[in-house]
Amino acid sequence: MANQDENKEGIGGMINPRRYGIERVAYLLMRLSGLGLLAYFIGHIYETSSILKGQIGWNEFLAITQTNAGHAILAIVIAMCVFHTVNGIRVMLGHGGVGVGKPARPDYPYIPASQNIRHKMGIYSAIILAAIAMMYGLAVMFGE
Amino acid sequence: MAQTPTLAEESGSTPFSSSQSITLRIARYNPQHDSVKSFMEFQIPYEKWTTVLEAILEVKKHFDHSVAVRYSCRQATCGSCGMIINGKPRLACFTKISELNSNVITVEPMNNFPIIRDLAVKFDRLFDTHHKIKPYLIRNDTEITTNTKEFLQSPEELEQYIQFSNCIKCGLCNSACPTMATDSSFVGPQALAQAYRYVADSRDKGKDNRLKIIDDSHGIWRCHFAGSCSQVCPKGVDPAMGIQLLRGYMLGFRS
Amino acid sequence: MRESIIMKIHYGTALAAIALVAVHILMRLTQGFAESLEYDSVIANYKFLPYAGMLEIILILLSIHGFNGLRVILLELKQGQRYEKAVSYGCVAAMITLIAYGSRTIIMVNTGMT
Repeated sequence: MANQDENKEGIGGMINPRRYGIERVAYLLMRLSGLGLLAYFIGHIYETSSILKGQIGWNEFLAITQTNAGHAILAIVIAMCVFHTVNGIRVMLGHGGVGVGKPARPDYPYIPASQNIRHKMGIYSAIILAAIAMMYGLAVMFGE
Repeated sequence: MAQTPTLAEESGSTPFSSSQSITLRIARYNPQHDSVKSFMEFQIPYEKWTTVLEAILEVKKHFDHSVAVRYSCRQATCGSCGMIINGKPRLACFTKISELNSNVITVEPMNNFPIIRDLAVKFDRLFDTHHKIKPYLIRNDTEITTNTKEFLQSPEELEQYIQFSNCIKCGLCNSACPTMATDSSFVGPQALAQAYRYVADSRDKGKDNRLKIIDDSHGIWRCHFAGSCSQVCPKGVDPAMGIQLLRGYMLGFRS
Repeated sequence: MRESIIMKIHYGTALAAIALVAVHILMRLTQGFAESLEYDSVIANYKFLPYAGMLEIILILLSIHGFNGLRVILLELKQGQRYEKAVSYGCVAAMITLIAYGSRTIIMVNTGMT
């Protein structure tokens, strides 16, 4: 078996967020939110096409989404959207070499400059903003 | 008849006199005849300064000489003794038992490298990818043909890459990388950081050549800046920084 | 296509989508969430050409970004020439299908073909 031969960690190792700090949590959340948003986007395109069935068709579909479960899903989508956006900007800047530190002679205990407080703050900001947006979304949806 | 000293005898480690001891769990696996990895446990006394490598060598000396482990310098210079220690890739010679804060130390072969036996893994792919990025200065001229006979470099120019030339090719970064966990074709953080080391060298003229090599579907773009490589690097190379700076050239942030 | 060009498109579509999706969401909130989803309100939105144009652009941007993201994840999960080709072409096909399906809704409602 190729995987055994190569001794790869596999998907379990890739998604394990416990060993390497908040950066690895952000990596996992970025993937999950990306996949979740793509699934929602496909569903949204399908959902909105019900407008072609006229007012009755539209209202029928709208009724399905305007349940407690529908609102909860939408709140999660809002959180995923905000996290993916804010963390995405952080990652994009990092990919361009922005905020990753400057090369310098390393000194023991070799704290990596790229894993700096700016990026950690970016990740925490993304998580907090996602939570706030989700709560705002819930307030708007359940408030009406 | 004079006996050739065994590897363990050569090590000449002083017996540990401490009253403290840990349980050392060593992964045993021989791909020739084992289907799954198993663990052997040993009670090993240790001192404050005892390293994991010394504990493994203690096992080889007193309990089971057949444990396969690769090591050489014992001072984090040769990059031979990389392994998973309590779940994280580390150099066994550079990891003290006392700093792990655990009564059980589990040692396993590094992930994302084929196992030769027990704790020893194959480095062929790491060396192949390292070689692929052309880890040498590329120029049309040579020191011999120029008038100066040397390529001068300012201290500032040296600072741009000196950090990345500390790489000892131990493979810990490749073992920690989440992309390497599933992608067998990924170039890997070690090679990418070395690509930056040469691209950033003011004496080198092979930037375009190297950027072309790493610009494929399993090249630099498969790095997602999770930074695990930098967290485990025992030499402060910070591969994640090198990779992002290298990508900065490709995105037009650097020239 | 070189991977660097694909990834530049990936980043570009993300940045452009952030701005346009923000407008799209604000339109829901400024009108009142429930009112903005009423049939007449939605139809009026679709019939307003600049807004319909913006929806079409969002559709294209997010389809490209989303399916390229999926391609990246799938390429990292498994390797092999046939598999990688299937993933790349599959994602392009899915992207085109989704754009075509979404465009059909936008065009038909905008032109009053409902």
